[in-house]
Amino acid sequence: MNLTSAEFIITVIVLAVLYYIVPKKAQWPLLLVGSLGFYYVAGRSYKELIAHPSCPPQMIYILVTFVTAFICAYVMGRIDGKAKEYLAANKGTISKEEKKAFKAKAKSRKWAVLLIGLIIALGLLCVTKYTNFVIANINSFLKEGSRIKPLNIIVPAAISYYTFQTCSYVIDVYRGKTEPQKNPFKLLLFVTFFPLLVQGPICRYDDLAPTLFGGHKLEECNISQGLTRIIWGFFKKMVVANRLAPVVIALAADTNSYRGTFVFILMLFYAFDLYCDFTGGIDITIGIARVFGINVAENFNLPYFSKNIKEYWNHWHITMGTWFTDYIFYPVSVCGPMLKLSKWSREHLGQKVGKRVTVYLSSLLVWFTTGLWHGAAWNFIVWGLMNYVVIMISQELEPLYAKFHSKVKIKNTIGYGIFEIVRTILLMSMIRMFDVYRNVPLTFKMVGTMFTKVNLRIFTDGSLLNIGLTKPDYIVLLASFAIILTVSIIKARKGYVFKKETFAVRHFLLAVLLIAIVVFGAYGVGYDSTQFIYNQF
Amino acid sequence: MDDLIKILKELHPEVDFESCTTLIDDKILDSFDIVTVISEINEEFDVVIPAEEIVPENFNSAKALYALIKKIEDED
Amino acid sequence: MKRKIIASVLISAFLIAGLWFAQRLLMPKYQGQIVEGAMIEEYYDETTDHDVIFIGDCEVYENFSTMKLWEEYGITSYIRGSSQQLVWQSYYLLEETLKYEKPKVVVFNVLSLKYDKPQKEAYNRMTLDGMKWSMSKYNDIKASMTEEENMLDYMFPILRYHSRWSELEKADFEHFFEKDKVTHNGYYMRVDIRPQGEFPEPMPLDDYSFGDNAMKYLDMMTKLCKDNGIELVLIKAPTEYPYWYEQWDEQMVDYADRNGLRYINMIPLQDEIGLDMSVDTYDAGLHLNLTGAEKLSTWFGKYLVDNFGLEDHRNDPKYTKVYDDKLDFYYKMIEEQKDQLEE
Repeated sequence: MNLTSAEFIITVIVLAVLYYIVPKKAQWPLLLVGSLGFYYVAGRSYKELIAHPSCPPQMIYILVTFVTAFICAYVMGRIDGKAKEYLAANKGTISKEEKKAFKAKAKSRKWAVLLIGLIIALGLLCVTKYTNFVIANINSFLKEGSRIKPLNIIVPAAISYYTFQTCSYVIDVYRGKTEPQKNPFKLLLFVTFFPLLVQGPICRYDDLAPTLFGGHKLEECNISQGLTRIIWGFFKKMVVANRLAPVVIALAADTNSYRGTFVFILMLFYAFDLYCDFTGGIDITIGIARVFGINVAENFNLPYFSKNIKEYWNHWHITMGTWFTDYIFYPVSVCGPMLKLSKWSREHLGQKVGKRVTVYLSSLLVWFTTGLWHGAAWNFIVWGLMNYVVIMISQELEPLYAKFHSKVKIKNTIGYGIFEIVRTILLMSMIRMFDVYRNVPLTFKMVGTMFTKVNLRIFTDGSLLNIGLTKPDYIVLLASFAIILTVSIIKARKGYVFKKETFAVRHFLLAVLLIAIVVFGAYGVGYDSTQFIYNQF
Repeated sequence: MDDLIKILKELHPEVDFESCTTLIDDKILDSFDIVTVISEINEEFDVVIPAEEIVPENFNSAKALYALIKKIEDED
Repeated sequence: MKRKIIASVLISAFLIAGLWFAQRLLMPKYQGQIVEGAMIEEYYDETTDHDVIFIGDCEVYENFSTMKLWEEYGITSYIRGSSQQLVWQSYYLLEETLKYEKPKVVVFNVLSLKYDKPQKEAYNRMTLDGMKWSMSKYNDIKASMTEEENMLDYMFPILRYHSRWSELEKADFEHFFEKDKVTHNGYYMRVDIRPQGEFPEPMPLDDYSFGDNAMKYLDMMTKLCKDNGIELVLIKAPTEYPYWYEQWDEQMVDYADRNGLRYINMIPLQDEIGLDMSVDTYDAGLHLNLTGAEKLSTWFGKYLVDNFGLEDHRNDPKYTKVYDDKLDFYYKMIEEQKDQLEE
């Protein structure tokens, strides 16, 4: 399903109108019906059904994940409830030791329940998404004839997103952070809420629940702010991303013609394309939710203004980053064996090295899984590991930087700030080339030509007009870049773009932007609107 | 408490941990720091801070962190 | 709150006006080399009714001179033709025309029956964009759309033409409000000559029977005319290419017989009509030029008068006033085109 398709826009408008007509109590059930309908349509492509007739409908996967989460949370809630009851009833009579033992027992039972839940939910994700990747890897060691046949399986739509979102709920219930939801339909809405099923953000139950189920009356600020985000997202997506996407695909496909400086151009194009596609899509998602009065977590915070990779990852795809931190990095870092390892390495390898062991190992795991989450392919794994390497190197270099800055006083100058920003963007864009070529050795080779086969003539000999962009296209891209940069700078300086009072000015500008999208957008007959880059994951 | 401050100071000598109450909110401590601190606390106090306790409220100030350590020590 | 409401109304008005303006500017004007897209909407400028309505593809709008029919017989006629007009498009155009007037005779060129399915987006657009909104247009679009098209693009043509912003020409601004007339009651004039040459040998077909879908619309057209008391005349224009197969001809003879219609295949009648394809065509025999169209109109006008007793309006001031201007425009264009040829 494409967020910018006419069908989707019309569906959302109809749903929004109904939403404010029906009684408040019926609002979330309406969203549930809409979401299930959306998933039913989005999750079944006719072509795929023809190609894989024996595959079960995709709806089954999301429902199994939901049922698992509901039952697990329910059981954990009961274990907790009973434990509390028991402790309250026997408050005076049991000793501290007994109380501790009882609590530990309850906890271990909950742990078992959690484990079952996670195995089922993550198991579905792994089986559907990674089985054929594993088979392909095994096959590369086997001789012709003895190879394993790949499974005839479709990766269910949005499985990476809803699985992570659902797991976070179950883990939070286990941790006692979240009260289990007793109404299965409400939980089902949390799992299937349709705007999130295209490309996230990965929301936490506690963040989403208060506005997701509450009744909402029609409020001007929700509609106005929602529309602002939606139109801004459409601008980035339709005018920039849709215009660049076919060029990126073409440049990446013909590795014989497009090497050297073309690779550099491709790298910049993809950086701009991905930014506009992904942040634009998320703007649309958040805006739609806002129109329904629902607050969805932000997924970006001016990522291209980051001064180093670590900061970048705190500002880009935020909900994924925090998910990995909260549910993989922390638990792994502070688990018993890891603490023991840390102690052991401090004793045997010295303070300096020993201190780092935990962080290094946990981070490695996080980045490996992050890469894997993006796709079942080696290029994504290498992409993740490259991020890891760069982060760790910059971590190690920090004392050196500090030394440098204590001697040369440029750290707080604007020029140095811009240098850091450009450096981070270029570094991230280069790592991202693994995502562009989707082939590890090829990526190394092509990025290599960027340095060995510099050919600046392409800027003057008209080559750049032969890659699917005309002069007017470049003008639109440059103008869009200027607009996005200006808005971003305003946001970075003030923390917001529009003041609340500026109703007329804001909406006037939005109307102008909307007309600009309609005229300058890359869409329509002869233009095959590309799907969101991120919803393959 | 002094031991805790010492652990923190080692990571960020420039920060006044005794008064700062926005260690997480202002991104003074990042996830690497938190993990380092937890393993040091484990060493120093013999206290295991479980993952579910890694929330901003517990790490925003040295005081809050110290209270957390005491609470876990108490339960043990 | 009140100020916000006023602001919202004003901004909405601005948005709609802006989009309308952009749409108007960006839609092709069809005033230069390609004028076929401007034909359909010219009909709405007509102030008088017509005895004869032609519907069909280029084999009507390039082959019949409505002005000659007027000059010689006092027949008022209009050609609602367009490029590669498919039979359902002819049907719906007729249906729409009948909302404005009741002609005595409708002439339909049967060549388009060979197409059973929607063909090309570009041609669809030239036929459909010019129509005023009505159920006929809606149904016409639905019947005409190829797989990659959608209704929304027709409802809001800016969605289709927005990318023309980088190709805007002077004509787009000049003709923002008003377009020049490009036809003479639907007749597209060409005065140049390019003699007919050799046509490629016709390829044998697997199946010569017209498609069910095409025939369905021909049936509907027949019924529509019967219900309105209109004489429907089926014709095959006298031009020989695209090839009109004998088997197709037989089917039409048969169809006309069964439905009590007249069907004239004009290809064998070239001599009777007086056509000389070495001078009467401007594109090597595919379409007639001015002399060809006038010859054909002289011949066909007589047929119409003889068979349907059409009234001579040449002394009716209601029409003469209008047609005097039309004739002026007709002769002016002949002069202009001849001048251009000499240059």
